[in-house]
Amino acid sequence: MVHPVVKLENFSKVYVGSEVEVHAVRNVSLEIQPGEFVAIMGASGSGKSTMLNTLGCLDRPTSGKFFLDGVDTGTLGRNELADLRNRKIGFVFQGFNLLSRTTALENVELPLMYARPGLPNSDQRDRALHSLEQVGLDERAHHHPSQLSGGQQQRVAIARALVNDPALLLADEPTGNLDSATSIDIMGIFQSLNQRGMTIVMVTHELDIARYTQRMVVMRDGRILRDEQVNNRLKAADELDKLRQEQQAVQLTT
Amino acid sequence: MIKLTTFRIAARALRRNTLRTVLTMLGIIIGVSAVIAMVSIGQGARAQVEAQIASLGQNVILVMSGNVTRGGFRMGFGTAGSLTLEDYEAIRREVLGVNRASPEVRAFAQVAVGNQNLNTAILGVSADYLDLRSWGLRGGENFSEQDARHANKVALIGKTTADTLFGDGDPVGQIIRVKSVPFTIVGTLAAKGMSMTGSDQDDTLLVPYTSAMKRLTGGTFLRSLTIQAATPDLLDNVKEQISDLLRQRHRIGADRDDDFIVRTQQEITDMATSTSKIMTILLGSIAGVSLLVGGIGIMNIMLVSVTERTREIGIRMAVGARGRDILLQFLIEAVTLSAAGGLIGILLGVGGSRLVSSKLQWPTLISVESIVGAFVFSAMIGIFFGFYPARKAAQLDPIDALRYE
Repeated sequence: MVHPVVKLENFSKVYVGSEVEVHAVRNVSLEIQPGEFVAIMGASGSGKSTMLNTLGCLDRPTSGKFFLDGVDTGTLGRNELADLRNRKIGFVFQGFNLLSRTTALENVELPLMYARPGLPNSDQRDRALHSLEQVGLDERAHHHPSQLSGGQQQRVAIARALVNDPALLLADEPTGNLDSATSIDIMGIFQSLNQRGMTIVMVTHELDIARYTQRMVVMRDGRILRDEQVNNRLKAADELDKLRQEQQAVQLTT
Repeated sequence: MIKLTTFRIAARALRRNTLRTVLTMLGIIIGVSAVIAMVSIGQGARAQVEAQIASLGQNVILVMSGNVTRGGFRMGFGTAGSLTLEDYEAIRREVLGVNRASPEVRAFAQVAVGNQNLNTAILGVSADYLDLRSWGLRGGENFSEQDARHANKVALIGKTTADTLFGDGDPVGQIIRVKSVPFTIVGTLAAKGMSMTGSDQDDTLLVPYTSAMKRLTGGTFLRSLTIQAATPDLLDNVKEQISDLLRQRHRIGADRDDDFIVRTQQEITDMATSTSKIMTILLGSIAGVSLLVGGIGIMNIMLVSVTERTREIGIRMAVGARGRDILLQFLIEAVTLSAAGGLIGILLGVGGSRLVSSKLQWPTLISVESIVGAFVFSAMIGIFFGFYPARKAAQLDPIDALRYE
C-alpha cells in the first residue's frame, strides 16, 4: 500500500506567549498523496507558515498527529527530526537561503554532508552536479551566489532541495523575491519536477502562482477554508510565450 | 564521526574574516609565546645552577663551621672555627658509609714563579678531593695520602694560575713559592669553570691540607669538610651520623643549636634553585593569565560569530544537520583558532627565547614538555571557551534561526 506523503490528523498548534495563547492552526486534517502539487494559500496569520514548518519537521504539533511518508513524527526527538528532514524533505525558501561565499555546487552538497550514513566525497559531488543539471545550472556549479541572478539562486536552492531525492519538496513563497518572468520560470521547474513524480507543497499568497499547481488549500484563521482542484491550470511554457509576445508588443509600440 | 569537510568548513569560516581571525589568535599567540619564553628562561637559569652544583661532585655532603656573631654582626660561614682536624679524623674513623672525604682550608696568598707573581686562592685538601669533585688532571699526577700525612710541599695548579705564571710552558716539576715557601708542582688541573658565586675555580693552587695548615695558615680549624657518601640513598643516614658525632664531640646540649652546618648536595640544590623555581612559576603564571585572556577573546568572537551566522545555522539544520553537527562545527572552529594561535605562539616563543639567549647571554632551556604542554593547553582553551558558544549554536531552534535577520 502506498502511504500518503503527508497525513495530518486533527492537527492543532498553539503558541503560548507571555500573556496570550495564539491558536495558529486549529484541528486541521489533510492528506497529500504522492505526485501531488499543492499550494497552501492564505493571508498572513492564516496558519500557512505553521503548516509548512510542521510539514517540514521543523516543528511538532501541539495536538493531533502528523505522518510524513508513513512515519509518525510525534514520537521523534530533535535528532530524529533532523535525520527525517535530511532524508525526506527538500526545502526551498523565499530568500533562497544559500550560504554565501560558498559555490553553488557546495551549497547543493550541503544536505549530503549531513546524510547518515555519509557518502564518499566523489559521490557527493556527482549527485550535486546531477541535481544542478536538473535545474539547468550545471554550467554555473562553481559560481558563488553573489555571482548569480535571483532566478539562478533559486534554482540552486531547488537543486539543493532535490539532492537527497526527498519524498516531499516544500517551497515557502519561492517566487516572493523574483520578477514575474523568473517566477514563471521557477514554476516551470516545479511543474516539470512534478511531472516526473515529485510531490510538492508550496506556500504562497499569490493566486497567479497557485494556479500553476494542481490543488489549492486555502486557509484562514488556522482552518482550511477551501480545498479544491485547480481549474484551468496554467502551464509555465505557455505563460512564458505569452509574456514574451506582450513584451515584443510593448517594444513595437514604443 | 568528524569528517575532514568539517575542518574545511571551519578553515573557510576563519578565512572569511582574516583580520578578525588574526586578532583573535593574537591573544593565544602572545600567551603561548610568553609561556614558552618565560619558562625557558626560568628553566635555563635553574639548569645552570644545577650544573654548577653538580660540579661539586656526586653524593656530596658539606660540613661547615657554624657562623659566629661578633659585636652584633653575623660573620660568614666557617668563621666560628668549630671544625677541627680531629673532627675530620673522627668522621673518617667512625661514620659508616663514607666513601671519600676531604677537609678544606682556604687562604689567599701571593705565589711566585721566577719573577712572576700573583695572588691566588690556596686550597688545603686531602688526596680524595679531586675524585670527590670529579676534577680531572691535565698533566702530572695527584698528590698522595702520604704527602698529606707528612705535610709535603707539593701542589696542584689550576688552569688559570698555570696559564698566567707559565704561559705555554709545562708547570709539572716546577717550583712555586707560596708565601716564600717553595712547593713542587706535581700536576696541572683540568678547567673547572665558574663557581656558583661566580668566582673562577681555576684560579687556584691545591695543596695537602696538612701543608696548608702547618706552613701557610698556621691555624688548626677547618673551613669545611666535603664528604662523599658511598651511595645516594646513604646520604641522609651519613648526614645524621655526622651531626650526631659532631654534637657529641663539641659537647652540645640537647637544647642548644649546632655550631656547624651539615648539608647534602640535594639540600644545596634545592636552596639554590628555589628562587629560580619561584621565578619560573611566577613568570609562567603571568603568561598563563594572558593565555586565559586569549581564551576569553576566542569565546567572545565565537559568540559574535554564532549570532552573525544564525541564518546559516538555520539552513544547516533545515537540511538535516543535527545539533551535534553544529556543535562540532563551531567547536572545531574554536579549536582551529586556538591551536593555530598556539602553533604560531610556539614558534614565536622559541624564537624569542633564542633571541634572549643570544642577545642577553642568558641561559635558556626550551623543553619539549613546555612546547607540548603549551600546544595542548591552547587546544584545550579552544575547547573550553568554544564550548559555550558552540552549544548555544547547537541549541538554536531551526525555525527561529531561519527567520533571523
